[in-house]
Amino acid sequence: MASDARVLARLAGPLAGFLSRGIGRWIALALLFAAMAAAPFVLGEYATVILTNALLYVVLALGLNVVVGYAGLLDLGYAAFFAVGAYTVGILTLRAGMNFWLTLPAAVAVAAVAGVVVGGPTLRLRSDYLAIVTLGFGEIVRITARNLPITGMASGLSGIRQPWLFGWHIATPRDFYYVFCVLATAAAIVSARLSDSRLGRAWLYVRYDEDAAEAMGIDRVRVKLAAYVTGAIIGAIGGAFFAVNLGAISPPSFSFSQSVSILMAVILGGMGKIPGVILGAMIVVLGPELLRSLGEFRLLVFAIGLLLIMLFRPSGLWPGRSHAK
Amino acid sequence: MPCSDLSDAPLLRLHGLVAGYGRIRALHGVDLEVRRGQIVALLGANGAGKTTTLKTISGLVRASAGRVLFEGRDITALRPSDIARLGLVHVPEGRRILRGLSVRENLELGAFTVRDAGERQRRMRHVFGLFPILERRQHQDGALLSGGEQQMLAMGRALMQGPKLLLLDEPSMGLAPKLVLEVMRIVRTLNDEGATVLLVEQNARLALRLADYGYVLESGAVRMQGSAETLRDDRTIIEAYLGA
Repeated sequence: MASDARVLARLAGPLAGFLSRGIGRWIALALLFAAMAAAPFVLGEYATVILTNALLYVVLALGLNVVVGYAGLLDLGYAAFFAVGAYTVGILTLRAGMNFWLTLPAAVAVAAVAGVVVGGPTLRLRSDYLAIVTLGFGEIVRITARNLPITGMASGLSGIRQPWLFGWHIATPRDFYYVFCVLATAAAIVSARLSDSRLGRAWLYVRYDEDAAEAMGIDRVRVKLAAYVTGAIIGAIGGAFFAVNLGAISPPSFSFSQSVSILMAVILGGMGKIPGVILGAMIVVLGPELLRSLGEFRLLVFAIGLLLIMLFRPSGLWPGRSHAK
Repeated sequence: MPCSDLSDAPLLRLHGLVAGYGRIRALHGVDLEVRRGQIVALLGANGAGKTTTLKTISGLVRASAGRVLFEGRDITALRPSDIARLGLVHVPEGRRILRGLSVRENLELGAFTVRDAGERQRRMRHVFGLFPILERRQHQDGALLSGGEQQMLAMGRALMQGPKLLLLDEPSMGLAPKLVLEVMRIVRTLNDEGATVLLVEQNARLALRLADYGYVLESGAVRMQGSAETLRDDRTIIEAYLGA
């Protein structure tokens, strides 16, 4: 097992190097997009639904990666922002009869405000406190949704209508699959641009040594807050599309274990590395599905697999330094 | 305000500075002045409050009373990042080189607040001119440099910030005697380059050879002060701190 992992690692190095350079990179991207476009036709409806869920995870994991991977902040309640996006859309479309596309900016705004309210005071403290506060925030959001009439209490909201886009009714699983393809691609591009930006450099320095960064004129609270709010916004967008995709949302979708699954996707692939995070999200969603033939043992086998990965590749599956220049 | 007033006023002035950690008070009213172009040594035994004084100046520790004036401006309540942007640069104890980042990236951090890429380039070349070894090792992990080279990197990074005042906290700590002299030569160079220096040193004899003026801290207050020559010849200082 150990030697297998090492062989894989040795193969993965040059492969990732090839994929991240010049023509190889463009060929790989073209193949990837062709495969993404063809997948629903080749794999059928069930697999399309699963892949859509995997792409949702890619979006959420890339959002959380800004917080955890770029800025080095441990967020244990990321599902809260996912819930904020989903419930904002659910409430505004069902109770106020608003068009989905108009509720989307509202979802972003609510998530940004929630991010500032939770992060503003907490990010002044040391990072351990953030883990505790975000854990609490995640539970507060879920329990509040369970207990308010406007969020539909324990049974949640249902009958959220599927949106139209310029005459295209986004309705079938295949439609949603393509929507999530676009979202995941957009999230990857935004992540890459952020990583290369001035703010990305500031995150890097704050992650390495926040005191040194502060001494060089970087305002650590503002820089961390920017990461936290960016993550919140991406999570809320994921949640908004999640709500219209399923048509129904309820508190269990936004549990602590959901937050942990997203975090697992980030850590598994390699914090701060975009291809790694995408790979991690794919594994977290597709792993249990591919192991379905094992019946009730599949989660046990999956868990052992995760442990082995962490044991042999503690800095994630994707090779190379995190947050590359 | 006319310019002449500014140049006459000390670059840095501490007025009855009181600070501490939680309920433990480390400074009990420190008064101190640093004039433009000087090297001022801050001496004293372990726990006298030297490091706390530097941290309070750069905003890492909050003052509970008293004031810090930099270029005549009250900076006591400013955040550390804002103070750094004014050109008051703190090189903390232990050098704080970022492990896993190259020498070059460590230097780039210093000029993070400089938005002009040409100016960043110019400063990088200047630092490489002063410390050629850093240029040769620019792609190496900063944490893998020797102790002396790391100290050069820490000072180079500080220079990238374009400092008016450098707060140096025990730059010779943990270095071999030969390197200590090298570091002192670097401090002299930085000073010749136009940076005013407030230097905390355990090695008082060495610091007073370098400095123009000195303060001796004891239990969080200034016990003695004077020109470096005076302090060098003072019997009490010699007995208490120079180990004669």
